[in-house]
Amino acid sequence: MSSNDMTAMTTSSGELLAENKVPFWRLRKAFANYVALVPYLAFALFPFYIIAITSIKSKQEINNLGESPFWATGIAVENFTYLATNTSFFEHWMVNTLIVTTVSTIISVSVGILAAYALARLKFRGVELFGVAVFITYLVPQTLLFLPLINVVNAIDDVIPIRDTYWSLILTYPTFLIPFVTWLLMGYFRTIPVEVEECAYLDGCSRLSALFRVVLPMAIPGIICAILFSYTLSWNEFLYALVFIQDEHAKTLSVGVFTELIRGDIYFWGSLMAACLLGTLPIVILYGFLMDYYTSGLTQGAIK
Amino acid sequence: MATIKLQNLWKHYGDVQAVRGIDLDIEHNEFVALVGPSGCGKTTTLRMIAGLEDITGGEIQIGGKTVNEVPPKDRDIAMVFQNYALYPHMSVYQNMSFGLRIRKTPKAEIDRRVQNAADILNIGELLERRPKQLSGGQRQRVAMGRAIVRDPVVFLFDEPLSNLDAKLRVQMRTEIKKIHQRVQTTVVYVTHDQIEAMTLADRIVVMNDGVIEQVGTPDEMYSNPRTHFVASFIGSPSMNFAPCNLVKTAGGLAVRLTDDISLNVPEDRTARYEPFADKEMIFGIRPEHVTERRQHANGAQQDIAADVNVLEPMGIDTMVFFSLGPKEVCARSEPSAVSNVGESMGFTVNMDKMHLIDPSTDAVV
Repeated sequence: MSSNDMTAMTTSSGELLAENKVPFWRLRKAFANYVALVPYLAFALFPFYIIAITSIKSKQEINNLGESPFWATGIAVENFTYLATNTSFFEHWMVNTLIVTTVSTIISVSVGILAAYALARLKFRGVELFGVAVFITYLVPQTLLFLPLINVVNAIDDVIPIRDTYWSLILTYPTFLIPFVTWLLMGYFRTIPVEVEECAYLDGCSRLSALFRVVLPMAIPGIICAILFSYTLSWNEFLYALVFIQDEHAKTLSVGVFTELIRGDIYFWGSLMAACLLGTLPIVILYGFLMDYYTSGLTQGAIK
Repeated sequence: MATIKLQNLWKHYGDVQAVRGIDLDIEHNEFVALVGPSGCGKTTTLRMIAGLEDITGGEIQIGGKTVNEVPPKDRDIAMVFQNYALYPHMSVYQNMSFGLRIRKTPKAEIDRRVQNAADILNIGELLERRPKQLSGGQRQRVAMGRAIVRDPVVFLFDEPLSNLDAKLRVQMRTEIKKIHQRVQTTVVYVTHDQIEAMTLADRIVVMNDGVIEQVGTPDEMYSNPRTHFVASFIGSPSMNFAPCNLVKTAGGLAVRLTDDISLNVPEDRTARYEPFADKEMIFGIRPEHVTERRQHANGAQQDIAADVNVLEPMGIDTMVFFSLGPKEVCARSEPSAVSNVGESMGFTVNMDKMHLIDPSTDAVV
């Protein structure tokens, strides 16, 4: 109490005002800020809400038109057990997706780092043209690119059997991931002060060792960002996976769920939603772990 | 022996000529300051010595060896950058030891050298911190420490003090001088601040527009500038210039500034200035040689009077601005002898310290 008295201030009218009391106008402003976010949240989160609420409903409840679709009367696990027992969800689709996504992300980020560094730092004839070309490659829609890629996959398949295996995806995903990662990291490398790198040269580094010992540690937020995005892009990829893989055991999540849980005009709504919910979890967890790196600036203190 | 020799050094960026054929010899353990206004080519020259910038033409020798084709990592040079360029992901210790670790120096030796440099710079207690936890002055010290531990043959400084506040800049200036006295190495120091150059360097190189205007000791640069540019660049406040006519008088020569004011040239300079008689010239005199009325020993002095326009008290002296024809002139006076603004004041010009510039060549004659 006495410490409160000590920190108390006196207003012009003479009444005591506790120092840490938040003024009313500030509270009102904070409230207004949150209210402004409500429409956005409604749009962004409503689909997830429907997915989550439907996945825990029993089949009877889903099909009962008398029940409201917006909440559940109880929690049923039958949709999840159906996924585990009647489909290859956990044993193949999830595993395949993890492998494809991880390997193609590793390939794309490694190639992208080298390409982006070269385009951002090296001076050679046509460097700008090359940078623009990378961007244009990224703009070519997948819906056009998959046609020639079928030929490529078939041609390779004649030598090494990759069709109907996840290798066809590991090979084709980098075609859209690498330009994206390169473009993203190019911008990031340009923000790294060149003097720090020059200092590494004077300290005895070659270009490559300066890249690994000095530039990459400073570029970690950018690299994390590249990993997150290429992981998400290949996790969600649908078209190539649909075209290149017919074998049920070689399918990825996005295609497996679509082809095995929708039979003709019959939709297995409960299991579909359960699959969607489980399918988004790994990405959510990944973001949760890496978000701190992603937002923190690591070049602080380098200059000035 | 780490001498540096620049021979007919050129640097082009496309059509822009940043450095235009400069020659310079730097002695072993010499402290040389490259000074000049922005864009004069001083930083480019430094970066060419470091190997960070390719050479368009000419030759650079370090320790007697031509290094045109030697990459920066093999030149055994350390550089302190204007913005410090510390490695943000490393501690101070790691920052300082990085160059030694790259060169596979034994651990004990690294420890010894880092400790030694930390002692010199007074940063012993900061070794575990990250650059972002340091103040500007501390970062500056770490950047220097990183250079000192390497024990390089040449030390390069690229405007190292320009990011510090005024007080710290003066402190660090003294400290750089102390460090050079302790760690004897050849130093090339780039700055746009002529005071830094004057106080630190054994020799000053004034550059302008890609060429060297003059090379000399601080004293030579101050007392005997050879060009109009050097005369105006060195010294603070800078030298006063006024257009004048060099006229012949009964006793010799005089500098005619206005219809009313003519100043007699000292006798010992008559022969030197004779060829320029009856020509339009530029008269130059430093503020410290235009004072309140006083007697100079050898008597080569002229008294004038003028109305005071502006006063700038500096404590020990007061700068007095007055009009001389179309030009405003700055004088340095005893504070007690100064008149009020708008009132007349008598000045004494020490003609022994005058300079005469030929406007057609910009050379001091």
